[in-house]
Amino acid sequence: MQTVLSGLTFIARRFFQAVLVMLAILVIAFAVRTSLGDPLREIMGQAVPEAERAELRKELGLNAPWPVQFARYLGGAARGDLGTSLIYKKPTVAVVLAKFPASFELVLGASLIVLVLCLPAGVYCAVRPRSLGARLILGLSVLGISVPVFLTGILLITVFSVWLGWLPAFGRGETVALGPWTTGLLTGDGLAHLLLPALTLSTIMLPLFIRLVRSAMLDELGHDYVRTARAKGASHLRVWIVHALRNALLPLVAVGGLQAGTLVAYTLLTETVFQWPGMGFLFLEAVTRADVPLITTYLVLVGLLFVLLNTLVDIVSLMLDPRVSLEGAR
Amino acid sequence: MSRAATSTRTMASFALGRPGAVFALVVLGFIALAAVLAPLIAPQDPFDLAGLDILDSELPPIWQDGSEPRFALGTDAQGRDLFSAVLYGARISLLIGLLAVVIQAAIGVSLGLLAGYYGGTLDSLVTRLADIQLSLSTLMMAIVVMALVRAGLGGAALSQFAVPLLVVVIGLSEWPIFARTARAAVLVEAPKDYVRAARAVGDSDSTIIRRHILPNVLSPLVIVATTQVAGAIMAEAALSFLGLGMPVTKPSLGTLIRSGYDLMFAGTWWVTVLPGVVLISVLISINVLGDTLRDWLDPRTRGR
Repeated sequence: MQTVLSGLTFIARRFFQAVLVMLAILVIAFAVRTSLGDPLREIMGQAVPEAERAELRKELGLNAPWPVQFARYLGGAARGDLGTSLIYKKPTVAVVLAKFPASFELVLGASLIVLVLCLPAGVYCAVRPRSLGARLILGLSVLGISVPVFLTGILLITVFSVWLGWLPAFGRGETVALGPWTTGLLTGDGLAHLLLPALTLSTIMLPLFIRLVRSAMLDELGHDYVRTARAKGASHLRVWIVHALRNALLPLVAVGGLQAGTLVAYTLLTETVFQWPGMGFLFLEAVTRADVPLITTYLVLVGLLFVLLNTLVDIVSLMLDPRVSLEGAR
Repeated sequence: MSRAATSTRTMASFALGRPGAVFALVVLGFIALAAVLAPLIAPQDPFDLAGLDILDSELPPIWQDGSEPRFALGTDAQGRDLFSAVLYGARISLLIGLLAVVIQAAIGVSLGLLAGYYGGTLDSLVTRLADIQLSLSTLMMAIVVMALVRAGLGGAALSQFAVPLLVVVIGLSEWPIFARTARAAVLVEAPKDYVRAARAVGDSDSTIIRRHILPNVLSPLVIVATTQVAGAIMAEAALSFLGLGMPVTKPSLGTLIRSGYDLMFAGTWWVTVLPGVVLISVLISINVLGDTLRDWLDPRTRGR
């Protein structure tokens, strides 16, 4: 009972923190909007006489003190209204969310590649630390860390699209609409288009996660319970996977959550290289064309995603290891 | 034999066992030297737009057909000599990387030393701030700040202040890594006898921190600094590649890669590939040296 209660307190506290962070992000977004953007331009363009502008400004309550305006902005945010895009002449939230499936599928593809490769590679490097294979994997991971993600992308395009002609280099290919969600995962063409960008994005995360799995496994293998399990006659493979790896996953989840922001940045770079029509690509377009409402909406939505993910990571960590929460909640 | 000489000799023999590290040092030294001496070596001033001739644009490197001997590595879309541009680009990239790390280290080491030495409220404050800062990705923060500056002031203003802006933006973000390292090292050093002795003879706190503790916590900080320089150079290249860093008129390696990327699949590969090779060489060399340094300074792994 005690445990359940403090677990709940922990989740409540995390939730409260998440709301605070979102408020802070909205304050920043509001400040950027009011100092950089001109709301009148969103509505009527630039070629309008000053008298008319002043009239409209008054009508819209833009002369109101900023706390009033901020309250109005918050109210809009709560209803999912963060302004109108200057480029697209549509609500910014809809514009950004329409690009979400593309980015999500890219990150999903990359995460799958990372997950499938980092567990066996990391475990192998931990249980056979001096083997040639382990040295090779660690050497390659230095390479992976050293090569900027956009150069990896350019290299892969050069080899697989230009020289070999096996895979397409740009865009998302053929997509299927499932309600509001357009997916490229259901067509062969869409999957072919996804492969290179996902591979590119995974190369930047993979080295980190291999090292992480390796060091977490090395830690776990030194513990008594591993020796006990071996002494009871469990096979090597069973001890590595069922006993040690399970415990080694905890830091993986925690660090994975910390990397979320970096992942967004790398996704942005990957989308630029492959002209992948995702949120990052849209963001850069908004920056180049100074579409301030679109820029701030992107930041708010990415911030929301980031906060949700971090909260989720904390809750998953709690489920994997109850001790984490108890210490945190006290 | 003096202690320094012994240490140099063991260092040399340690290095000889790692030909990769020696090679990395040579490559990095060569590129750094070329970057420092760029104004003397470069046949052309790549920033002087008046000196460029559009008729010279997109010439290939000298080992390809249709090249001109004046342009050893070919030219870019504006007729800029790529060899000169790469030299100056490496100069800008290295400069921004180093200065950004100087800022990171200055903030991080001072906060870390103070937090570790005094403990208490200051310590928890610094630790909490560091946690918050680390949970915000450096690259993402830098992208956001540069994007807002660009959207607010326009591309022209951005290009004017690009270097100091990049240094500050990249420099302000990763101080927690230094702070944590410094703090952890101080916690180990502070209870030792030599610190208590210094206090007993009446040294002030500031003297103890600067003269006694700092020299003894330097080696982990040097390791951190090495990898941080690589990270800062990479961040600058990424920002420039996105069009949020150095402008085309004052290209860093990242800008050159970006400006060549539009032409790359039309056959003008060299504008992207050659700066890319230099950038990767710099980053790999620094990371290899960082790893070697870590092994060298960490006695547990020295025997391997």
